[in-house]
Amino acid sequence: MNYLEFEEPIRQLREQLAQAKELQEQSDVDMETLAQDLESKIREVTESIYSNLTPWQRVQVSRHPDRPYTLNYIDALTDGNFMELHGDRTVKDDKAMVGGFGFMDDQCVMFIGQQKGINTKMRQYRNFGMANPEGYRKALRLMRLAEKFNRPIVTLIDTPGAYPGLEAEERGQGEAIARNLIEMCQLRVPVICIVIGEGASGGALGIGIGDRVLMLENTWYSVISPESCSSILWRNWEHKKEAAEALKLTGTDMQSLGLVDGIIPEPLGGAHAQPDAMYKQLKKEIKKHLNKLVPMDSDKRIDQRIRKFSAMGVVNS
Amino acid sequence: MGWFKRIQEGITTKSTEKKEIPEGAWYQCPSCKTVVTSQQHVERMSVCNYCGHHDRIGSEGYFKILFDEGKFREIAPKITSSDPLEFEDTKTYTDRLEAAKKKTGLSDALRTASGELNGMPVVISCMDFQFIGGSMGSVVGEKIARGIDHALKKGCPFICISKSGGARMMEAGLSLMQMAKTSARLSLLSKAGLPYISVLTDPTTGGVTASFAMLGDMNIAEPNALIGFAGPRVVKETIGKELPEGFQRSEFLLEHGFLDAIVERKDLKEKLAFSLRAMGDFPKVQ
Repeated sequence: MNYLEFEEPIRQLREQLAQAKELQEQSDVDMETLAQDLESKIREVTESIYSNLTPWQRVQVSRHPDRPYTLNYIDALTDGNFMELHGDRTVKDDKAMVGGFGFMDDQCVMFIGQQKGINTKMRQYRNFGMANPEGYRKALRLMRLAEKFNRPIVTLIDTPGAYPGLEAEERGQGEAIARNLIEMCQLRVPVICIVIGEGASGGALGIGIGDRVLMLENTWYSVISPESCSSILWRNWEHKKEAAEALKLTGTDMQSLGLVDGIIPEPLGGAHAQPDAMYKQLKKEIKKHLNKLVPMDSDKRIDQRIRKFSAMGVVNS
Repeated sequence: MGWFKRIQEGITTKSTEKKEIPEGAWYQCPSCKTVVTSQQHVERMSVCNYCGHHDRIGSEGYFKILFDEGKFREIAPKITSSDPLEFEDTKTYTDRLEAAKKKTGLSDALRTASGELNGMPVVISCMDFQFIGGSMGSVVGEKIARGIDHALKKGCPFICISKSGGARMMEAGLSLMQMAKTSARLSLLSKAGLPYISVLTDPTTGGVTASFAMLGDMNIAEPNALIGFAGPRVVKETIGKELPEGFQRSEFLLEHGFLDAIVERKDLKEKLAFSLRAMGDFPKVQ
């Protein structure tokens, strides 16, 4: 287990619990009561920490190294009935963007999402979840495939941004994202987009146009990361906490601004603390929304989708 | 030794007799350093006659160049930003907006207008870079949306002239979603079979490039305009190397297949008229 700095009290209690259990095994001393006390204390402390997270702490949780990533979710949601499909049919296969058909119970769904790596080697392999243009084009190809065979689309968003590299620019990063935005608006099948970790800027939005846009409780979604915002507006990296506050990037803020449709609660201590509970919850939510969206007439669904995004923004007129 | 002493009177003009040169009477081209009068510069559409450098101009300039006799009717000119996030960094967003309005005399970073281009009805949105770096917030998105709606109603083409640093950070999530909003409206225009021409000018980057600026039925750029998703500084930091000459310039984008054409400002109106005629017989509905 990895712990964030504000999770330190939880770490200490867990350590005590582990010691107590070890002692019991070694010496036959009855530690049952102590263990129970500690466990209820852990719950208490976790609840008090997690019910009062600051925006910056939420950003940290969204990047927690133990947090499940896209393929973990897909695997759990489909119980392994998933086949990954590769390549954009033009340049290459982007490892930062994954997708394919999967069966959630009996329902076939096209899953698409950014993928991060679990260790240094895999992080590099996955380019830290930062897709190149071919990633966005692969995503669009898979969406078209889903549309052709009338399968709903679920996108899982978890990216620190679209990759800002030289080749990405050569191959039209801007065009690739823009194309997805306009094409996703007119997709004839239901689209559900869920921010499962980081939702940074155009890189997130590039697979983020849907009939339902949802955020897990401990995620963020904004135009820029708090660090980059700090470096541009305050001209140094020190103001990331203030930037996180100012950007109104949490699910609650985004929902109250009418920019996302809902928040999916995470289990106590965050998705990483109880991944199985998280998967179960997510599956329930996806099914709930699909049950409403699938029977709808396509034209009506597209019309609603466009109306929703058209209404976004606040102006004085 | 009188070498360093001024023996003869040199400059004899008294400061009271000094000729006053009006502020801004001359324009020096930042590229080739040629100096012309400001009046000549404006007459030449702010393009250097010697090296072809296209100086940045705003909505006022483009509307004058493109609309017949410079006549147009502005759409939703009065909408302004309301600072819904009460954003504050080293300054408040409200102060930044006030300062920008005062400096530029504009209400935000984009204006939309309808009029005629070579006799064809057309709606044009044009960005103003002087207003907070031409950044896209709710107002920019809303004015583009209104422009597209007007084009849909009249059955006429839509043109957008981009010149922007990208999304407006001070509107955070709201500004990000303007990418979605403008693209959603453009998808309706496309469905209706009405042409959309995107004109990319120096500079067009970030969220603007990653939405409406790259979505034209035709993408046309002015020469040597900086066009990209990530800014050159960010790309340089990412790769840790110097960027190649001409990287992210119009000619580079044309070469890599993202522009239909590069058009000089003096030919812009004519080429737009040609393209619109090629894409439909307008007006369809009056």
